[in-house]
Amino acid sequence: MLGTLNSMQRVLASVSHQEPDRVPLMLLFTVTGAKFSGCTIENYFADAERVAEAQIQMQLRYRSDCYFSFYYAGAEFEAFGASSIFFEDGPPNAGAPTIRNLNDITTLKVPDIESVAVLQRILTTQRLLKAHAGDSVPIIGVVISPFSLPVMQMGFSAYIRLLYEQPEAFEKLMHINQEFCLRWANAQIAAGATAICYFDPVSSTSMIPNDLYLKTGFKVAQQTLAKINAPIATHMASGRCIKSLPDIIKTGTAIVATSVDEDLAELKKICLNKVTLMGNLNAIEMRHWTVTEAEAKVKKAIEKAAVGGGFLLAENHGEVPWQVDDKVLLAIADAVERWGNYPLTWVES
Amino acid sequence: MSMSEFLVFSEDLEQALLSTDRLKAEDLVASFSNLSTQDLVEKIIVPAMDKIGEGWESGDVAMSQVYMSSRICEDLIEHTSVQGDYVKQPSVKIAIAVLEDYHLLGKQIIFSILKGVGYNTEDYGRVTVDELVAKVLIEPVDILLISTLMLRSALRVSEVKKLLQQKGVHTKIIVGGAPFRFDTQLWQEVGADATATNTQQLLPILENYTKALLC
Repeated sequence: MLGTLNSMQRVLASVSHQEPDRVPLMLLFTVTGAKFSGCTIENYFADAERVAEAQIQMQLRYRSDCYFSFYYAGAEFEAFGASSIFFEDGPPNAGAPTIRNLNDITTLKVPDIESVAVLQRILTTQRLLKAHAGDSVPIIGVVISPFSLPVMQMGFSAYIRLLYEQPEAFEKLMHINQEFCLRWANAQIAAGATAICYFDPVSSTSMIPNDLYLKTGFKVAQQTLAKINAPIATHMASGRCIKSLPDIIKTGTAIVATSVDEDLAELKKICLNKVTLMGNLNAIEMRHWTVTEAEAKVKKAIEKAAVGGGFLLAENHGEVPWQVDDKVLLAIADAVERWGNYPLTWVES
Repeated sequence: MSMSEFLVFSEDLEQALLSTDRLKAEDLVASFSNLSTQDLVEKIIVPAMDKIGEGWESGDVAMSQVYMSSRICEDLIEHTSVQGDYVKQPSVKIAIAVLEDYHLLGKQIIFSILKGVGYNTEDYGRVTVDELVAKVLIEPVDILLISTLMLRSALRVSEVKKLLQQKGVHTKIIVGGAPFRFDTQLWQEVGADATATNTQQLLPILENYTKALLC
């Protein structure tokens, strides 16, 4: 165990498979920030400074070990000419698909990041967070994987048909999406992001079988991750991954964020000393947890996966839902401070 | 065909579907010349899709396989040489909708299967709360299936229920989708009558409701 650490030191120690001072807590806040800013979600994401300020406040209040500079999934889709639909009490939905036929793929161009207002605001948020925290708190940037972005671009069912039936069009789409993903990831790193969260739910075995993953999402990830100049956390956005985990590890990812549907202890055995495990509190159920339940869930997760480091406690969804109460988030933070201090003698005994 | 022959046929079809081997599935059906549509649906396709749905629930089968299987089955029922249209309960009207999200996959899978097994089902596509309520008020349905992806949309099912009740409409509401799977109490909280995550769960619920409606 190391002495008292700041968030960056704590996370770095854990991803180096050492035991830091306590289990790192990675609460990925997005829309919750609007509550701290006292404005609508739409207005919140329209102001890069507001987002940065709220991230700083939330990190302090809930003792999380990162800033999460992600706005919403549809932001990258906006770069391809789509719209986002805002709500008062939840993340914006991506608008209607923009790829309606194979010809739309043939004519698709790599968007210019500089001309996309929301992406520029995200970069500003990252610069502000970096200026505020320096190297004391990790700033998590996000990309939607080139392989998962088509769910928004063309709709899930059309994309599955493309995957199975149109290999050439699939390759063309991946080429465009990969180029965009690389530019977007590396722009975020230049703006101050410490690591990139690679959201890739379609690669989850909840979505495609492992043999199809090896022919598609795996190759895309391997090629893409090699060209991103920062550590990567592959996030399945609550999808299962244990069957493909040995292959996911080979993509070059440093961290894998997993589903509440899978057992942390089993996942940890596969990840041990290879990649860091992140997860897997149930973000949907969290909305009606009591303080006692929150503590029990945190304790159980730590017991299953935190010994030896290589573990980041997080929810499994990829963002804390708007409906999760302040008292639950505080209870999670309190539980980590109560049960997550290394060495975890209560687990080992 | 004996029950054991149906069972073997259904297991072979399940394997063909999981491999998305459309030709093999078509060959299997074509190899039984005396097959009725009702037997194809009830003794072969439904058990195969039940097994596939069960596999998805346990993590052994992926959503893409469920989707491709449902498409192949829909085509098998429409285009193979089996005889006669099959409408299970023509007097019971069912509608299916996705509330607010553009993620239509789950809805499409269920719609394909319901159509295939002979339920009189209308596809409302993606709708808002107001659009959904308006559709039901214009043309009442007996059972309303609502699919959601996001927690926010799932919580809005309670508004659908409330608005329909205010108009004196007591359509049965069955919900499905990720939020209801991750929070097993949610369907009751939003006032749904039932929840189902796959056809294996859904079809017995529909069977019970249709029996009750026809009494």
